[in-house]
Amino acid sequence: MDIFERFAVPHPSPAIYVSMVAIGLTVIAIIAGLTYFKKWGYLWREWLSTVDHKRIGIMYLISALLMLFRGGADAIMMRAQLAIPENKMLDAQHYNEIFTTHGTVMIIFMAMPFIMAFMNYIVPLQIGARDVAFPRLNALSFWLFFMGAMLLNISFVIGGSPDAGWTSYFPLANNEFSESVGTNYYMFALQISGMGTLMTGINMITTILKMRAPGMTLMKMPMFTWSSLVANIIIVFAFPVLTVALIMGTMDRLFATNFFTSTNGGMDMLWANFFWVWGHPEVYILVLPAFGIYSEIISTFSGRNLYGYKSMVGSMVIISLLSFLVWTHHFFTMGQGALTNSIFSITTMAIAVPTGVKIFNWLFTLWKGKIIITTPMLYSLLFIPIFTIGGVTGVMLGMSAADYQYHNTMFLVAHFHMVIIPGVVFAMLAGFHYYWPKMFGFILNEKIGKWTAWIISMSTLLAFMPMFFSGLDGQARRMYTYSESTGYGIWNMLSFIGAIGLAIGFILIVYNVYYSTRYASRDISSDPWDARSLEWATPSPVPEYNFAIVPNVKSVDVLWEAKYNNHILFPGKYENIHMPNNSGIPFILGCIFFAWGFSFVFGMWIPAISTTIGIFVCMGHRSLEKDHGHYISVKEIEETETKLRGA
Amino acid sequence: MKINHSLPLEYGTHQNQINILGFWIFLGAEIMLFATLFAGYFTLVNRTGNGPTGTEIFDITPVLLETMILLTSSFTIGLGIHAMRLGSQKAMQVFFAITLLLGLGFLSLEVYEFIHYVHIGAGLQTSAFTAALLNTLGTHGAHVTFGVFWGLFIIFQLKTRGLTPETANKSFIFSLYWHFLDVVWIFIFSFIYLKGMI
Repeated sequence: MDIFERFAVPHPSPAIYVSMVAIGLTVIAIIAGLTYFKKWGYLWREWLSTVDHKRIGIMYLISALLMLFRGGADAIMMRAQLAIPENKMLDAQHYNEIFTTHGTVMIIFMAMPFIMAFMNYIVPLQIGARDVAFPRLNALSFWLFFMGAMLLNISFVIGGSPDAGWTSYFPLANNEFSESVGTNYYMFALQISGMGTLMTGINMITTILKMRAPGMTLMKMPMFTWSSLVANIIIVFAFPVLTVALIMGTMDRLFATNFFTSTNGGMDMLWANFFWVWGHPEVYILVLPAFGIYSEIISTFSGRNLYGYKSMVGSMVIISLLSFLVWTHHFFTMGQGALTNSIFSITTMAIAVPTGVKIFNWLFTLWKGKIIITTPMLYSLLFIPIFTIGGVTGVMLGMSAADYQYHNTMFLVAHFHMVIIPGVVFAMLAGFHYYWPKMFGFILNEKIGKWTAWIISMSTLLAFMPMFFSGLDGQARRMYTYSESTGYGIWNMLSFIGAIGLAIGFILIVYNVYYSTRYASRDISSDPWDARSLEWATPSPVPEYNFAIVPNVKSVDVLWEAKYNNHILFPGKYENIHMPNNSGIPFILGCIFFAWGFSFVFGMWIPAISTTIGIFVCMGHRSLEKDHGHYISVKEIEETETKLRGA
Repeated sequence: MKINHSLPLEYGTHQNQINILGFWIFLGAEIMLFATLFAGYFTLVNRTGNGPTGTEIFDITPVLLETMILLTSSFTIGLGIHAMRLGSQKAMQVFFAITLLLGLGFLSLEVYEFIHYVHIGAGLQTSAFTAALLNTLGTHGAHVTFGVFWGLFIIFQLKTRGLTPETANKSFIFSLYWHFLDVVWIFIFSFIYLKGMI
C-alpha cells in the first residue's frame, strides 16, 4: 500500500481522475493502433532512431504543438476561474499548480522546441550543409528535451504537480512549503531538457561556423541563421547557470543542504539571482530566432533584400550582451538598494534601442517593397504593433522606481504576454505557415490561415489589454480569486473571452492542417513563395542529403541571384555523398534519463543508481563504437533528383 | 575519408576539426558552470551558520599534495600529446597511463579530505558554506572521476586500434578536457583554499 500512497496525487480532483483515464486510454489507443497497422518497425526505423536534422525538426514541431495545447488548457482553466469574482471552480492549491505548469510548459516545453524545430530544419538548409555537425548528438538533444517534457507532464497524475511558480523561488520551493514531489519533477524535468538544449547550442554553433557552403562568409548568412547563431551562443553561456541552480535546489530538497534555506547561512536570493541570470537571457534565446524568422518573411514578401542587414546583426549582438546584464530587473522590489536598481534599470531600458533598430529595419524593408499579404506575412505585420505595445510597457516596468507600483500585478502578466505572444508565438506560427510547404510539400490553406491570424491577434489584444487596466487598479497576479467589490470582474471576463478566442484560433490551425492535408494541391514548386535564400533551392520535400551538389554562394540572397541574375548555384556534377547512420541509442538513452529523473523525484535510490550506470554504459558504448556512416551513390542521387524534380 | 597530411593527425579530417571546435565550445559551457559554482561559493563563503569557517577546517598539506599531483598530471598528458605528434604510440600510452594514475592519486586524497571534513563536523548539511564548498569541490572531483574512466577507454582504443585520425582526435580532445580540469583546480586552490586560509 505504501507504493500507492507514494505515487498518489496529494490534491486529487475529478479533473485529474478524468485526465488519468484519458491518458491511459490514449496510450492504449496508440499502442493498439501501431500494432494493428504494423507501424512499429516504421516508427522505429524512420523516426525514433533517426539522425536526420529534418525529421528531428519535425518531431520538435509536433512536440511543441502538443505542449501548446497542454499549456493552453491550463491557461483556459485560469482565465475561467478568474472570469467571475469569487468563483469556486478551482481551489487555491489547484490554481497554484496550474499557473506553475502553464509557465513552465509554455516557456521550456512549447516555445523552446518550437524554435528548435525551425533551427533544426532550416539552419542546415540555409547554409547549404548536408546535416548538423553532430547528428547523433542532435537526436540525443531532442530525446532529452522530450523526456524532460514527459517527466513534467506526468507530474499531475503521479505524485503531484509543482506548485511554487515557474520561477520556483526558494524558500517557497523548499520541502517545508512545497511538500509534494511536484518541485522535484520541476527540477529534473528542467535539468534533463536543459542538458539537451545545451547540446543543441554546441551543435548549432559548430554547424554554423564550420559547415557553411563555399562562398558563404559570416556576413552573407541569411538572417535566421545569424539569429540562431546568436541565440545558441546565449544558450551555451546561460544554460550552465540553470544547471548549477537546479543541482543546488535539488540538493536542498533531496539531501537537506542549506543553499537556499533561511537558516544555517542559506540565502534564498541566490536562487532568484541564478534563476534570472539564466531566465533573462532565455527570453532572448526565444525571441532572437523569432526575429530571424520575421526578417526572412518580411524580406520575401516585400520582394526586397532586408534593409540594414549589418545593423540587424549588430543589434542582435548588442541584445545578446545586454541580455546578461539585466537579470535583476525581475526583482527590483526585493530590497537590493537604489544603486543596484538604477544600474539594472538603465541596462534594461537600453535593450529597447537595438530592438527599436530592428523594428525600423523591418519597416524600411516594407517601405517601397512590393508587399504580398500571405498568412506568414500577415502574422509578421500584426506582430509589429502588438509587440510594440508589449515593448513600451516593458520600458515602463524597467523604470525601477515606477516598478514598485506595478510589480506582482496583472500589469506585468499583460506585459510579458504582449511581448512573448507576438514576439515568439506569432513568429512560430508565421514560420509554421511559411516553412510548411518546404517540410511537407503543400501549402496550408491561405483563407483559413488568414482568418486564424486575425482571430489570434485580436484575441491576444482582447485577452491581455484588460490586464493592463486591472493591474494598474491593483489586481495581484497568482491570486486564485477576488471579491466583487474590487471591480476587477469586467476586465477578467473580457480576458476570458479573449482566451476563448485564442483557443478557437489554435483549434483552427489544427483544422487547417487537416483540411490542407486532404485538399491542398501537391503540385507546387520547390520555391512556392518566390523566396530568396538557399533552403528554397532544394526540392520539397527535401531529400535526405539536402543538396545533391554543394551550392556556391556569392550573396545573402543567393537564390534570388540564381533566379534573376544568372548566378550558377550548383556548379559541378554529382558525387557520392557521405551520410551518418541511424542509431537507436539516443532514444534509449533518453528513456534511461526519464527513468533516472523519475527515480530521483521519488528518492528511489536503487533505480537511481542503476539508471546512472545505464547512462554511463551508453556513453561507453558510444566511445567504443565504430560507425563511419554510409555513402549515397551517384546513381541513387540521380534517381532521387529525377523523381523529385519531375524532369 | 579524406585525410589532410599537412595538418597534425588529430586535425586531419573535416570531422576531426569539427569535433575539436565543438569541444572548445563545450569547454566554454564548462567555464560558465564552474563560474556559477564559484559565484555561489563566494556568496555563501561567510554564511557559516552554526558550522565552522574555512580557516578552521582547511589543511594545507593534503591540498598542496593534490595540487602538485594534478599539475604533474597535466604535464604528463602534455607529454603524451607530444609523443602522439612524434608518432610514438607506445610512449603516448605510457604517458596517458601515468596521467590517469596521478588522477587516481588526486581522487584518493580528495576522498580522504572529504571524509576528514565530515568527521570534523563540516558535512554537506552543516551550513550554506560547507554545502557550497563540498558542491564545488565535488563537481570538480566528479569531473576528474569521469575523466579517469574516459581516459581508460582512450587507452584501450589506442591499444586495439592504433594511432588513427580518429583515436588521435579522441586523445587530443581528452587532453583538452584534462588541462581544463587543471585550470579549474588552480582557481579552486587560489580562491577557495589559499584565500580561505587567510
